[in-house]
Amino acid sequence: MTRYITGILFIASLFIFSCSDSDGPEIQENEPFDRSQMLSSWADHFIIPGFESYAGELDELVSAKDAFIANPDVVSLNSLKSAWLDAYKSWQKVSMFDIGKAEEIGLRNFTNIYPADTDLINENITSGNFNLALPSNFDAQGFPALDYLLYGLSPDDSEIVTMLSQTNHAQYLDALIERLRTLGNEILNDWKGNYRDQFIQNDGSSATASVDKLVNDFLFYYEKYLRAGKIGIPAGVFSGGPISNSVEAPYSGIFSKDLFNIAFQSVQDFFNGRGYNGISGNSLDDYLKFTSNVNGTRDIASEIQSQWKSAEAKIEVLLPNFRDQVEQDNIKMLEAYDELQKAVVLLKVEMMQALNIRVDFVDADGD
Amino acid sequence: MTRARQYFNRHTKTAPLAVFRILFGSLMVISLIRFWVHGWIEDLYINPKFHFHYYGFEFVEVPGQWTYLLFVLCGISALGIALGYKYRVSAILFFLSFTYIELMDKTTYLNHYYFISVVAFTLIWLPSHVFYSVDAKRDPTLTAEFIPQWNIDILKLLLAIVYIYAGAAKLNADWLLNAMPLAIWLPSKFDIPLLGSLMHERWVHYFFSWAGAIYDLTIVGFLLYRRTRIFAFTLVVIFHILTRVLFPIGMFPYIMICSTLIFFSPGFHERLLNYLGILIKVPLSIFQNGKLHYTLSTSFGRIGRPVLIALVVIQVLFPWRYLLYPGNLFWTEQGYRFSWRVMLVEKTGYANFKIVNGETGRRFYVQNEDFLTAFQQKQMATQVDFIIEYAHYLGNHFTSQGHEHVEVYVESFASLNGRPTQAYIDPEIDLMKVKDSWVHKTYILPLNE
Repeated sequence: MTRYITGILFIASLFIFSCSDSDGPEIQENEPFDRSQMLSSWADHFIIPGFESYAGELDELVSAKDAFIANPDVVSLNSLKSAWLDAYKSWQKVSMFDIGKAEEIGLRNFTNIYPADTDLINENITSGNFNLALPSNFDAQGFPALDYLLYGLSPDDSEIVTMLSQTNHAQYLDALIERLRTLGNEILNDWKGNYRDQFIQNDGSSATASVDKLVNDFLFYYEKYLRAGKIGIPAGVFSGGPISNSVEAPYSGIFSKDLFNIAFQSVQDFFNGRGYNGISGNSLDDYLKFTSNVNGTRDIASEIQSQWKSAEAKIEVLLPNFRDQVEQDNIKMLEAYDELQKAVVLLKVEMMQALNIRVDFVDADGD
Repeated sequence: MTRARQYFNRHTKTAPLAVFRILFGSLMVISLIRFWVHGWIEDLYINPKFHFHYYGFEFVEVPGQWTYLLFVLCGISALGIALGYKYRVSAILFFLSFTYIELMDKTTYLNHYYFISVVAFTLIWLPSHVFYSVDAKRDPTLTAEFIPQWNIDILKLLLAIVYIYAGAAKLNADWLLNAMPLAIWLPSKFDIPLLGSLMHERWVHYFFSWAGAIYDLTIVGFLLYRRTRIFAFTLVVIFHILTRVLFPIGMFPYIMICSTLIFFSPGFHERLLNYLGILIKVPLSIFQNGKLHYTLSTSFGRIGRPVLIALVVIQVLFPWRYLLYPGNLFWTEQGYRFSWRVMLVEKTGYANFKIVNGETGRRFYVQNEDFLTAFQQKQMATQVDFIIEYAHYLGNHFTSQGHEHVEVYVESFASLNGRPTQAYIDPEIDLMKVKDSWVHKTYILPLNE
């Protein structure tokens, strides 16, 4: 009998060790929802083309910067501004993909932390001695710092040209833009190297599997950067009164709504599986429809989509410059926030439950 | 009365209790090392700014970097239990340190941690060290081959309570009629070997639900009866390994598998110890002295028996306290914990706190991530006592920051076992004005079925 019991325990432990942490690909023939296909669609129709276009825009930005530094005048400043805006817009489409190299190096922190710390920027320019890799310089670089340099140094463009022509200013401008390109290329090259396959093969169900991680990133982006960062914080949702200079791109002024709309559209496209170049694939909406068929819970996908439609309606009426909006009629801004907020509840409560993805990142035990 | 006296006079071999002690102590050492290696001491205790306290244990605080020392102490005392070295001191220290760790933050509450505390408390009073232990080897006068039968039976009884109460808790409509929450959990386990492709089948959800309930309710019966014991133990192993494969439940399956060995005969345990004796060159025979350990001959034993009887009574009665509260237990969670309700509920929630100046009406919302970890936010959003404690913390925090007439409201939503999301706590209630207590909380909005 003892032998029998030791036998059972032995076989049991073999079984456990052979299948614990089995994150590797286990292709099932009658797999009902193909998560790895969804992952390839995310990689090939969203993330990689997104970073490709972002890197392309950064190349343009670098050329415009070089042209400006070689020949600083109002014309070259204007083409630099427009290259900056194009790159900033294409950033809005990839910001949510904080996974892999982007997560490792903290891409978002070096790219779009706002409001920019203008005192720190000026200090860096004056001293000429700065290290952009330091966390203390998060808010002295990236698109927000460029917004300040290109639009905020003076109300007069020719004055800006004069200031940016000074050695230290030009050096800082150069460093900021080169750094954006270096980081952007680093991410793109990683995706084009091994990371794409690694990402797709990690199609399991653990907390570190690609689907679970990217859905968490998506949710975190929506809640913190889109809902709170672009709308909630300027509207004073977390402070009791509007903070008008915390809108995105406050110095250029007129772009905050544009940038928001692109980001919001990207969030919806990702959820609905509408990729670059009009290629569609399975995404969260299909996955939710699948789980709702499996366990009889309601179809939450259409509810999320219609909630976003209501949010769009509230956003449509806002002024192009959110700074004007919160200063003139903050109620409308708060109303837009409320509609975005309602979707958080649906995403964070019901979507995560339906997909059985854990919101917490601590991989602790349950019982 | 005489039958009770007769029962308490019955004796049996000590071997099963010694094996239980060795396995329990060893598993605890492994668990604590595992906890440390995973970095959970920092993630769960040291890093969070704020900790959720158990009712009545508000004084328990995380002792900063000393927490590591607490884990060291706990691990050493667990080793002491396994070895039977300075056993009483080890058992007391283990119970106190382990329970203290659990009390530091109720975010991490798990039934199986509670089970460990209950067993550890029980072991303090049992003479587990009089056989095959360092203590007994060094002091042969302590050695006793026989102990009172009830010393073993109480462990069986505690296990029986765990299983049967866990089974009884599964007898509800969600579990039996809708296969919830397994229907939510299983489809995401598509990647396990062999069974993965079945996990989205509706009948599999029902099969697992019903089989789980029947298993919990009957397994102790099959373990008690000699002729079905092997079969039952095989089921125990299969069941717990399946749960290990399907769910992140850490060490619990191993603890339960090892614990159920207590149902086997003394002969089986003596053979186990014999093998161990050959392995570590401490022959079993030196402990086989034919002596009986009289529990009541020591003051420890005299106090121990009534204390343990009281423990059993509490174990039997305490889980039923939920009957005193109105509403759906899984929704209100009033009287939910410490009752062996395992894997019954999939509940996700979202709680958005609003700080209002009661005079001016000026208000703002709180970003929970400024104060809580993701894990704490998740646990807080679906449990009313967490919401109250956190609301008070927020109120005091903002008052100390200079805000005046602070009122705290929560807009909270939760979804239970796949039901549509609905409001959880009354958003009109100023949470600064309510206190956590055992009284029914009227501001929990009723669950719409």
